[in-house]
Parts: sequence; structure tokens; C-alpha cells
Amino acid sequence: MSKEEIIYETNNFLVDEFEVEEEDICPDANLKETLELDSLDYVDLVVSVESNFNVKLGAEDFTNIVTLQNFYDLIEDKLN
Amino acid sequence: MGRVVITGMGIYSCIGKNLDEVKQSLYDGKSGIIYDTDRESFGFRSCLTGMVEPVSLKKELHRRQRLSMGAESTYAYVATIEALKNAEIDQAFIEKNEVGIIYGNDSTSLSVVESIDKIREKKDTTLVGSGAIFKAMNSTVTMNLSTIFKLTGVNFTISAACASGSHSIGMAYQLIKSGLQDCVICGGAQEINKFAMASFDGLGVFSVNANNPQKASRPFDKDRDGLVPSGGGATLILESYDAAIKRGAPILGEVVGYGFSSNGEHISTPNSIGPAKAMRKALEQANLSPNQIDYINAHATSTPVGDANEAKAINEVFAENNTPVSSTKSMTGHECWMAGASEVIYSMLMMKNSFIAPNINLDNPDEHSSKLNLVKKTVNKKIDVFLSNSFGFGGTNSALIIKKYQN
Repeated sequence: MSKEEIIYETNNFLVDEFEVEEEDICPDANLKETLELDSLDYVDLVVSVESNFNVKLGAEDFTNIVTLQNFYDLIEDKLN
Repeated sequence: MGRVVITGMGIYSCIGKNLDEVKQSLYDGKSGIIYDTDRESFGFRSCLTGMVEPVSLKKELHRRQRLSMGAESTYAYVATIEALKNAEIDQAFIEKNEVGIIYGNDSTSLSVVESIDKIREKKDTTLVGSGAIFKAMNSTVTMNLSTIFKLTGVNFTISAACASGSHSIGMAYQLIKSGLQDCVICGGAQEINKFAMASFDGLGVFSVNANNPQKASRPFDKDRDGLVPSGGGATLILESYDAAIKRGAPILGEVVGYGFSSNGEHISTPNSIGPAKAMRKALEQANLSPNQIDYINAHATSTPVGDANEAKAINEVFAENNTPVSSTKSMTGHECWMAGASEVIYSMLMMKNSFIAPNINLDNPDEHSSKLNLVKKTVNKKIDVFLSNSFGFGGTNSALIIKKYQN
């Protein structure tokens, strides 16, 4: 899967499942703030990544994730 | 001991999505029962059910809030919004005052089945998602509504089978009467789906009158062949009289008696002693004699044994008073965990609008019900006091007495 496809799929589930406004999505956006994430939401990010990319993230994977770009990169790493 | 008044009501049921619609259906004797073809292939003996439209709360609630809500919580939310509105209670009031919640609910079958199916498929508990646990617990309604509305008072669920809704009103009444709370949201919610009712259907106590769904629920009729399950949400706002007067609240009625008992016998077969005891205790607490009750909203679900035993109990307590009786389950079906609350609302609507809703489908009373003054057609009649019965599996009984408000 190309980087562009990962970004496209990720943005789609952020809009559809997490109800993020499209205009708020940009690579530098802070993931936690943009998604208004609380501790429970990380569970749902794991669910969405699994159902969209068929890869499993663990809580430890989020340790260094700050921006959406970090998140795209994390998924790319897992896919590879 | 203080006085306890009802200041708000809200309803989402198979005979109407709000108080106005429900009032009209009650007056018209309209049935909300349908035949659900989906239940055929699932192995149901009876495919009859009350039905309500699914509730979408995407505009009203944040994603995080909605993730934790199963159908029963959405029904309860809609009913609670209506109840708070007509109680003239806004969010600012709730955040300034200690408002509690005691709600009746006794299952979350669909949520449990969906989450376990997901875990079986994925073989990973994380992949069930964050909302599953909050949807699957029996206290789902109270945990959701208490967080959505930011309640800071009492907060728990009553699980008492088909008397859950009634006991929730009774417990809220007791807490307010004793001075421990000033304002409590109470009521009952009931999911409508095949998973919730499959094992109940398996007992063979549901009507199989598939050719005439709207004639299937026929409490007290000698040809009744079982109940029809149903559901939705029903909310009442109970307040101390003093607090209600202080804030200039609209007072709709006054709770004056809550009688309860347990049969101490069979897990599913009811008797007449327990229900009679609950009714007597309610009358005693209300300091009323049987001839002062203007209307009895019977629990009668349309099962042969249950209706006969309730008729015996009513006959025993009310003897020669000829008190008008009807079972609104003839129209709504059996709203189970919600029924005790919804039927208080149905009776409140009758009291407010001076009519008695009919016990539809009652063509031929049986031996015991023929001794009751059963209302077969809508009667225009002033009601000042009514009694509402609710009984459930395990032999739990509740009788509530509500009076028209007089200062």
C-alpha cells in the first residue's frame, strides 16, 4: 500500500468513525487534540486500524505519536 | 416525611414517540403490535412484537457518548429529554442542584451478543472497541444518562424483571420522601430485538396469533394465548413538593403510595397473594380505602395464569367497589422492564385528560375477570387517584398510587 493510500484510508476513517472535520486534518495536526482523544479512544483507534489495514497496534505503539504524520508513519511501519 | 410530586414525563413507545402521540393512541385504543418476519428464521415460536423506530442521536450527542449507548439507552435518552423539558429543568439547573437517577433495566442482550460475536471472530478482546462494556452492563442506562446530563445525586439501576420501572419510581419516591434527595429522574427502558426475547419466547408464553397481530395481546379475555413483547423508554421526574414549589415547577401529580412484596414461590408462575399484599400496602401507605381509587391500571400481560391471578387479587382487595380496570398492554404489548414506568405515564395522561383507555381485544372475560369492572371502550371519566400494578419473574410485585395534584 502506498503512502498516499495509507493517508487517504486513515483520513477517511477519522472523518467517518471519529467524526473529525475534514478541514482539521493535516499532517502537522496534533492527533490527541484533533481527535479530542481520551484514554478510551485509543482502543477505538486500534479497532479502526485493524479493520482498515488488518494490522494490530498495541498501547505501546502510541508512546511517540504526536502528529497525524506520526500516525500515518506508524501504520506504514506496521504494514511493512 | 415529605410529599413527593411528579413534575415531568417523557415517553418513547410503540404507540407514540411523545406524550401527545401516546395520549391520542390511548384514547383511540390503537395497537402498536407488528409481526417481525426476522424472528421466523431465528427459531421464534411467536414473531409478534411491539416496535419502535431506532433512535439516531448523531446531532444531539458526541461520538464518545453514543459509543456507550445500546438501543435501551437511546430510548431512555429521548424520553428523558421530553421529561426534563416539560418539567422545565435545564442543564444549568442540573449543574447547580443535586439531581439523581434510578432507572429500571434488566437486559442488554443485543450489546452482549454483538460484543461476544466480535471477540469470537477476532480472537482479541481489544477489537471489541471501547463502548462495548458500557453497553453490555445492566446499569447501562443510568451510567449513560448520569454522565450525559452530569448528574450528581443518587445513581443506580433497578433490575426487577417486569416490575423494574415501577420499583424505580417507588425507590425514587422513598428517597425523596425521606429527605435524602430532592429531584430524581426515574423510569424504565426495554430493548426490542430478537436476542432480548428469544429465551423468553422459548418458554412458550408468547401469543401465536400471527394472523391478527393487533388482536394478539388480549389481557383478561378468555381466548388469550400469551403475551406480546414490546419496549421503548419511559421517564418521570420526581421531586420533593417543597423543591418543586420553590422553583415554580409544573406539578402533574403526587405519588402517595408504593407497596411491594415478593411471592416467595415459583420463579415464573405468579400467585394472587403477593400482588394483593402489594396493593394493600400501597393503599395503607397512601392512607386511602379501596373505594377512593378511581382507576386501576392492571399489570395483566395476556397470559392465562397471570391475568387470572391478578383478577383474583384485585377482586380480593377491591371487592364490591366496582373500580374501573384496564390493561394498556392490550395496545402496547408487554414493555417488560419499562412497563411499570410507562404505565404510570399512560395513567397520568388519562388522569390529566379525564378518560380511561380501553382494554382492547376483550371480547369475552373469563371466570375471574368477569368479576372486574373492565373498561372495554374508552370512557370519558374524571380520575383523581389511580393505582398501577407491576409484577415480575421471581415473584416481585409493585403497586403505585398516584393522586391528582391538589395544593
